[in-house]
Amino acid sequence: MANIEYSTEEAIPFWRDERILRILGQAVFLVVTVSFFAYLYNNMMTALEAQGMLPSFKFLTHTAGFDIGESFIEYDRSDTYGRALLVGLINTIYVSIVGIFFATILGVVLGVSRLSNNFLVAKLSSIYLEILRNIPLLVLLIFWYSGVFIALPRVKEAINWGSVYLSNRGLAIPWGIPTETWGIYTIILLFALIFALVVSWRLNIIGERTGRPPLRILWVPLSFFTVAIIGWILLPQAPLVLDKPELTGLNFSGGYVFTPEFMALFSGLVIYTAAFIGEIVRAGIMSVSKGQHEAAKALGFTTLQTLRLVVFPQAMRVIVPPLTSQYLNLTKNTSLAVAIGYPDLFAVGGTTLNQSGRAVEVITLMMGLYLLSSLITSVFMNFYNNKIKLVER
Amino acid sequence: MSRKFFPVFALLIVLSMVLAACGGSAAPEAPAEESAAAEEAPAEEAVAEEAGETEGAAPAEGGSTLATVQERGYVICGGNASVPGFGFIDTEGNYSGFDIDFCKAVAAAVFGDAEKYEIRPLSSQERFTALQSGEIDTLIRNTTWTLSRDTDLGSNFTATTFYDGQGFIVRIADGISALEDLDGGTVCVQTGTTTEANLADVMAARGISYEPVVYEDVETGWTTYEEGRCDAYTTDKSGLVSRRTLLENPDDHMIMDETISKEPLGPVVRHGDDQWFDIVQWTVYATFFAEEHGITSANIDDMMAETQSPSEKKFFGTEGELGSFLGLDANWSYNVVSQVGSYSEIYDRNLGPDTKTFIPRGLNSLYTDGGLLYAPAWR
Repeated sequence: MANIEYSTEEAIPFWRDERILRILGQAVFLVVTVSFFAYLYNNMMTALEAQGMLPSFKFLTHTAGFDIGESFIEYDRSDTYGRALLVGLINTIYVSIVGIFFATILGVVLGVSRLSNNFLVAKLSSIYLEILRNIPLLVLLIFWYSGVFIALPRVKEAINWGSVYLSNRGLAIPWGIPTETWGIYTIILLFALIFALVVSWRLNIIGERTGRPPLRILWVPLSFFTVAIIGWILLPQAPLVLDKPELTGLNFSGGYVFTPEFMALFSGLVIYTAAFIGEIVRAGIMSVSKGQHEAAKALGFTTLQTLRLVVFPQAMRVIVPPLTSQYLNLTKNTSLAVAIGYPDLFAVGGTTLNQSGRAVEVITLMMGLYLLSSLITSVFMNFYNNKIKLVER
Repeated sequence: MSRKFFPVFALLIVLSMVLAACGGSAAPEAPAEESAAAEEAPAEEAVAEEAGETEGAAPAEGGSTLATVQERGYVICGGNASVPGFGFIDTEGNYSGFDIDFCKAVAAAVFGDAEKYEIRPLSSQERFTALQSGEIDTLIRNTTWTLSRDTDLGSNFTATTFYDGQGFIVRIADGISALEDLDGGTVCVQTGTTTEANLADVMAARGISYEPVVYEDVETGWTTYEEGRCDAYTTDKSGLVSRRTLLENPDDHMIMDETISKEPLGPVVRHGDDQWFDIVQWTVYATFFAEEHGITSANIDDMMAETQSPSEKKFFGTEGELGSFLGLDANWSYNVVSQVGSYSEIYDRNLGPDTKTFIPRGLNSLYTDGGLLYAPAWR
């Protein structure tokens, strides 16, 4: 009896039971958060309902009615809003991929040269990094656009090297136009690619067997281009004919024209992001202990070999995670294109928003698409990161 | 210590859960809460005003815009800040222009004081959202009256103050005289406007291939045109005339004869407030009426003393009670004309021959002079 009384008195009441309190605290936080967003959502829906504009994505199938300057797919004004947004999305992806590729190369060069023993090279890249990292990207883009590409000579006074013309209408270069045999040639190219991959795989096996790393960087492209060139010669008609740009009337016709909008966006993004990548690469290289450098040197490795075979494989583990976030930044920063007239997703979305009046839907859609592209980049980079991770045995 | 504290904490948790539950299940009760909120809104606004904050304007749904405006003490118009002659902000931060004068006219009609207004400069993309959300009372910003905007965007066009049409400006040296000469050329255009769609329509109809370069910012568009990135810049002719004055060498550029669209411009209000719609609409008509009857801000007092015409008496507010039908003072239209002027005064002040932004009146003349301006009957 006494024993029972003792235990009831000492049992912890639920409001002092830390386990319950923890769960309760989280539940409260969850409820508050959810109801806050439910309130915002409800507020938006009430306002939209009052205007008779309930969210609907039906407008995506309506005729867009506006033209887009640059497009990789067939598009004209009688296509739908959905297709217009697709044009914008493809332009965004194009700039992102090209931008990421060149920003990485430039960034690695900068990062390595900042650590160079050559005083001039090291100082120059330090100055570059310090200046470019501290200029807002929008300012940089407008500088490239208004200060560089639009300030080039007018189209009639274009700078001319052979068949290449540079003016403030863009860079016009000769470009191949597909002929009838192009379809067959794409199959040959695919075959060339498979062949090159097989060669690469074989070289790898040989390398592992002999312990001497083969020159894959030479042999793989060589095998690809050999097949590609043989295929080109064997076909009865060349799969591509060269089309040279010419000044006819107001503009250049023929060839391919990189517009000043694209070039400004591309140079701005590459130059800006490369500065950050440069710093990341430097951090990665410095994370590799000095002993590794010295050991490589003692074994008679050249500087390039040291970097390629000793330093970078170890530095990559430090470099890749922040590099991923730079890639994401670059992709999202493409939306600044709207300031300089490049028809990316955000620019086309803005026009769509205005023509259709569907603000909530268009913004939601754009957020979703940017999120999706970022997630895809992340997944890919995480996969790569796992692959190069230090394997602990 | 913790024993004393605990009940308070527990109470807080319970309270917040109750509140949260309310928030979650608010949907069915929404209408009741909504109307209560709408009734309270003006009072809250007034308080915010006194505290020196610039709050948003009328509630987007329900509620009387007039009551909100009167409570606040001034009208908020969405305007343009970069089109000389229509809406332009000078180096001292003062707005002037044709559209701005109509905002003043509305202020004069509502308050009897043409200075009780505020301009919110808006981009062409922001403008309808600003109107829908109630950030502004009236949108007077070179806005073209189209069917889709009149219906789908939840806005109502009150009256046309300026009949405009889209045109092209080109460099004289390029020798472009017709639209067909632009084949293969580049055209600069601002985004989010009917202009962009008109351009696409007319070029498709005539089979002219061209490259559009679309800018978010009107300044960037004009700079790039001037630098030669584009062969032509297209917008409403009124805009071309006014921006041409800001080009480095205005005489090197010409506006093509071609007019490719109908662009009736005028003040816009929100759906769902007929009283406010009427006020803005009849304010515009008052300026037409004044010109038709030869009333100006200079002679209005003499006219009021001498007139024998019943409709003019009603206009001056000395006979009948037309003002009360609008919820305004009897002399509201007197205030509009005496403080802002008749249509011709407003026009000449901003777009007349003595200004840098001269546009011949053309369609913007009274119907008696072969134009389209026509005020309904004043009785």
